[in-house]
Amino acid sequence: MSLLEVKDLQVRVEEREILHGLSLTVNPGQVHAIMGPNGSGKSTLSHVIAGKPGYEVTGGQILFRGEDLLEMEPNERAAKGVFLAFQYPVEIPGVTTWNFLHAALNAQRKARGEDEISSPAFLKKVREVAKSLNIPQDMLKRGVNVGFSGGEKKRNEILQMALFEPAVCILDEMDSGLDIDALRIAADGVNALRSPERAMVVITHYQRLLNYIVPDVVHVMSKGRVVKSGGKELALELEESGYAQFEDAA
Amino acid sequence: MPAVQETVERVRRIDVDQYRYGFETLIESDKAPKGLSEDTVRFISAKKNEPAWMLEWRLEAYRRWLTMTEPTWARVDYPKIDYQDIYYYAAPKPKKTLSSIDEIDPEILKTYEKLGIPLREVAILEGVEPPPGGEQTPNRKIAVDAVFDSVSVATTFQKELKAAGVIFMPISEAIREHPDLVQKYLGTVVPTSDNYFATLNSAVFSDGSFVYVPPGVRCPMELSTYFRINERNTGQFERTLIIADKGSYVSYLEGCTAPQRDENQLHAAVVELVTLDDAEIKYSTVQNWYPGNSEGKGGIYNFVTKRGDCRGRNSKISWTQVETGSAITWKYPSCILRGDNSSGEFYSIAISNGFQQVDSGTKMIHLGKNTSSRIISKGIAAGKSQNTYRGLVSAHRKATGARNYTACDSLLIGDKCGAHTVPYVEAKNSSATFEHEATTSKISEDVLFYCIQRGLSQEEAVGLVVNGFVKDVLQQLPMEFAVEAQKLISISLEGSVG
Repeated sequence: MSLLEVKDLQVRVEEREILHGLSLTVNPGQVHAIMGPNGSGKSTLSHVIAGKPGYEVTGGQILFRGEDLLEMEPNERAAKGVFLAFQYPVEIPGVTTWNFLHAALNAQRKARGEDEISSPAFLKKVREVAKSLNIPQDMLKRGVNVGFSGGEKKRNEILQMALFEPAVCILDEMDSGLDIDALRIAADGVNALRSPERAMVVITHYQRLLNYIVPDVVHVMSKGRVVKSGGKELALELEESGYAQFEDAA
Repeated sequence: MPAVQETVERVRRIDVDQYRYGFETLIESDKAPKGLSEDTVRFISAKKNEPAWMLEWRLEAYRRWLTMTEPTWARVDYPKIDYQDIYYYAAPKPKKTLSSIDEIDPEILKTYEKLGIPLREVAILEGVEPPPGGEQTPNRKIAVDAVFDSVSVATTFQKELKAAGVIFMPISEAIREHPDLVQKYLGTVVPTSDNYFATLNSAVFSDGSFVYVPPGVRCPMELSTYFRINERNTGQFERTLIIADKGSYVSYLEGCTAPQRDENQLHAAVVELVTLDDAEIKYSTVQNWYPGNSEGKGGIYNFVTKRGDCRGRNSKISWTQVETGSAITWKYPSCILRGDNSSGEFYSIAISNGFQQVDSGTKMIHLGKNTSSRIISKGIAAGKSQNTYRGLVSAHRKATGARNYTACDSLLIGDKCGAHTVPYVEAKNSSATFEHEATTSKISEDVLFYCIQRGLSQEEAVGLVVNGFVKDVLQQLPMEFAVEAQKLISISLEGSVG
């Protein structure tokens, strides 16, 4: 069974249709890249998979391990193993990162019928994970993303990804706002989390990110549809010729 | 288990109407006849075996009250109170004279057990895990005075406090046993003529706590009073007087709950604090009177006058309040900074949900030289509630070098509530430095979605964001109260979103 299956998905925001029948099949262990120009519907796709309010699904379906994802609340999806790394992670003043992560992890564990993890056990775990990703411990004590640089915010997303051990990670424009060094560090973190069970969907404008996170499959999106799919060489091709050729195809 | 999860657990266990203290204790009580007259005042005074001077003091207040009118300047709206339709005194009927805690009516003991308040003298064992890196909570002792309707039913740790020279007893006893101290300080911070509700309190107050900390003594434990309104149609008028003599320190906590009732009940308390040279009082409140149901029916009218007088040099008074209950809150814990170099603080979290109306804030009156004050107010409005911060910062002509910092932040949840900030600032000399910052924000959808994508439910997400918003103030509370307050905040906001 495929891990994530998007079938003929149609989505509206207010009165405007953004996705007009998008299909995508992601198998365990795969890394898919979704590329496309601004306004092609890339972020909409990531939001609808995660269950962000404000989008109306008018047709099609999304299956996660064969289950209807659209029937689930966003937090249920998280507990099942759907993780969205945000393009713009929010700041939550007054809530320490460790506290936030602990609350979130326990909420997920509880939803799965697992025992909650105690503070000391959690602390040990989160410290180990942070260490393995070369993330400084003091980040855990700071307010969630408060005063973080662009690079730190993205690393915090990766830390969460490592901690929650999701089955599918959707990385929404992970490269936005990062300089080349920060990008490399973030990509290293993502690569460390690749595994035969886990799938990743990497959404990006630029081929650059894909030099660091090498995809198995590349999809080109234009005007709310996948217009072309191929191997990693498709990304290089795009870098050469741009998106214009696909705009017409759509 | 982090507080957020625990909160949700607790919330699930709560009745539909959310308020977990809404039960009633069935107990026989001894009441004054309904209504207010000189006879009522005499009745209360006689019940308490008061000396003649106390009765005179009360009668004078009563006569003055008759000439006063109810204030209308606050941003609260309620039907006219019929002061003749209230019982002014209710006491649980004692089976016999009490000589130890074991003789208290078991029904009352059960009530306090249900409320989680230890009347037996045991050290508090905190059941909550410390934050990582944080210190293990020591087994701390808290002395408790429990006020049930109009009388104090138990005061714990009397012996230990006595050894330290600290007087902590019901004010009704203090009037008889320490008349010199009471007469010297009672009404010197909040005079009988102060305001409508304070004057009413002066005439009919029934009980409350009295604390005196002698010179140079650091009170060996936290003192606390738990107020419980139980009787129907009864007003509660407690009076608290705390005196910290030269170089002394005391931390005092108060908690308040009441049963769920359809009618409104009046609570008009007066709290007076006095600090002499180099003394400090830290006063913390978690106010959770019944707020009324989701349609706005019932709930406590909380009209309270709290004021501290930094009478001595280098003295300090710090107010911390977490206000989640009451249908109407009208409350302005204030500091008179009379002594040179004295300082006052006001840390407040005021949460309103449903149809609650809150008009609360503080007054910092700078009279001495080089006095300083700090105000941190966090207002959270949800449902159809109205939440107003009203504050005054003033510097007298002679209060050179006065400094104040004020930060008022309001958080709105939903679009049917209101947050208002009404600051008054008066500087009568040019050397005063007053700073005022205010913000109003809404919980953003993006922040909620971020939390929910990480696995938290909507309610857990709101609880987390709100607890972060009020963190600066929660940190001011003693540990045991901070944990309780954090839970209470989440519970108060249950059902506020979506």
